[in-house]
Amino acid sequence: MTAVMSPPVTPVPPPVRRVGRRGGIAPPWLFAAPALLVYALVMLYPSIVGAGSAFTDWSGVGEQRSFVGLANFKQLLHDDQALGALRNTLFLTVAIVVVQNGLGLLLALGVHTTIKSRMVLRVIFFAPVVVSPVMVSFLWKYVYNPAPDAGLNAALNAVGLGSLRQDWLGNPSLAIWSVAFTVIWQCAGYSMVIFLAGLEGVPQELHESAMVDGAGTVARFRHITWPLLAPAVTINVMLSTVGGLTLFTQIIAMTNGGPGYATDTLSTVLYKQAFVFGKFGYSTAVALVLAIFVAAVSFIQIGYLRSRETAA
Amino acid sequence: MRTGYRPRTFVLEVVMVAAAVAFLFPVYALVTLAFKDPGQIANAPLSPPNPPSVKSFGTAWQSASLGSALLNSTLITVSSVIALIVLGSLAAYFLARRASRLSYSLYILFLVGIILPFQLGMIPLYQLVNDLGLLGTYQGMILFYTGIQLPFTVFLYTGFIRSLPADYTNAALIDGASHLQAFGYVIFPLLRPITGTVLILNAVHIWNDFFTPLLYLGGSGRETVPVRVFAFVNEYTSDYGLVAAGLVLAALPILVVFLILQRYVIRGFSSGLKG
Repeated sequence: MTAVMSPPVTPVPPPVRRVGRRGGIAPPWLFAAPALLVYALVMLYPSIVGAGSAFTDWSGVGEQRSFVGLANFKQLLHDDQALGALRNTLFLTVAIVVVQNGLGLLLALGVHTTIKSRMVLRVIFFAPVVVSPVMVSFLWKYVYNPAPDAGLNAALNAVGLGSLRQDWLGNPSLAIWSVAFTVIWQCAGYSMVIFLAGLEGVPQELHESAMVDGAGTVARFRHITWPLLAPAVTINVMLSTVGGLTLFTQIIAMTNGGPGYATDTLSTVLYKQAFVFGKFGYSTAVALVLAIFVAAVSFIQIGYLRSRETAA
Repeated sequence: MRTGYRPRTFVLEVVMVAAAVAFLFPVYALVTLAFKDPGQIANAPLSPPNPPSVKSFGTAWQSASLGSALLNSTLITVSSVIALIVLGSLAAYFLARRASRLSYSLYILFLVGIILPFQLGMIPLYQLVNDLGLLGTYQGMILFYTGIQLPFTVFLYTGFIRSLPADYTNAALIDGASHLQAFGYVIFPLLRPITGTVLILNAVHIWNDFFTPLLYLGGSGRETVPVRVFAFVNEYTSDYGLVAAGLVLAALPILVVFLILQRYVIRGFSSGLKG
């Protein structure tokens, strides 16, 4: 028996306070109460009421509402504006996720070098991230001015590409790209700094030994940098997906969903249904669909990208 | 990062600087526009202003009531961020140190708020804020931002506190300090790095938020900068010079703060999860 062999110990007085399982003395519940109260009031309660009213015909004014089952969701399936908005939302999300993160990665690789301007360039590319999307949208609304002698059109003309001048926001098939590009311009720097943080974690010795073994730039990127960037990819893809799915401000400021319904998203449609048409029940049904999309995408992505991380 | 400056590095430098110039073209167009009078805008839309005129800035500052908008934005942002830091760190301290099934469930409950899009509760919350008489008030906005940003704040703080050893507070508690004293004097100062991240991410988000202040503050006289700018631009939409000057003035304060604190801001964003 080891107990017999162990030296005598002075008895420890019993703890006066409750000891948590982590070995610390546990703080009282009161510490979490204010946060829980505010969180429940502002997020939990309204979300539950919101999810519930998706099954009613609530107009938003007064208390009168009756249960209509899945009627709002059936209506959604036959609502061209809502279906168009769903299509636009998915299109914008895919475009933003791919292009923003692609550009962000290129920028990060570009400034993660010995070029002299690297610090200045980081600040320049990141700066739009801290500016309000409303102001960035208005900035680009001017750039997209349909007049042939203003903004982007004037610039194209000045460099001899006058034949490419467009009505960037007024052309229904072009407007959604113009909106997507505005978001990408603003957020590419955000992707860049997350990729940069990832690149800084790649050990230099790996690159050196691979170079000794004769690996070129592309091979080293594929087999060393890219697998080690997995956590940065996870964060970037998650952030831009949720941002794309809930896109609202840029649409309202630049096109208000137009021309026609060409740039409406789920967020703008649920806003218009609630505050323009007074159909709160229907609006929350659209919001519930959006919430399910966001949650589903988040779960799928976390699962998929985590498995990539562990495989790497 | 590789060392040395080789011909290839020079080529890369040229390419990257060219990319930055193209990237800045919209900013150049806007800033030059703001310094031009209407005649110059019509005749030479892209050339530098000659002579530069600052008349639009004064008019824009007045018409958009930017002075009071800046005060409103500052008041709401500062109060919300303080509330988030206090409530978030206290709750996270509890969640990280109390190892019960109930506190774990509570932690998960907070995490749900990170994925929950606020659009789902948007309309019932509007009703609630209205019923509480908080529409058009600072308090309503501060309450909203505190609630909406708490999940993310609690998440950041909890992760950080879990990585701290429990010994410090135990020593303080055994010496007779209250839990609140132990937290305030021992734990909170140790949280400085994560408090910096929490402060930066929340402040930038709240300062720039548009939709909720539009809904809650529209017409109250307490509108924040993005809401005032939205109304201003829609009113003077065809007066490009004036609109440009208003946008430059409205974006300037946060850009100046960013340039001063660039290292911390970039670090905060690259370590966080959500903007």
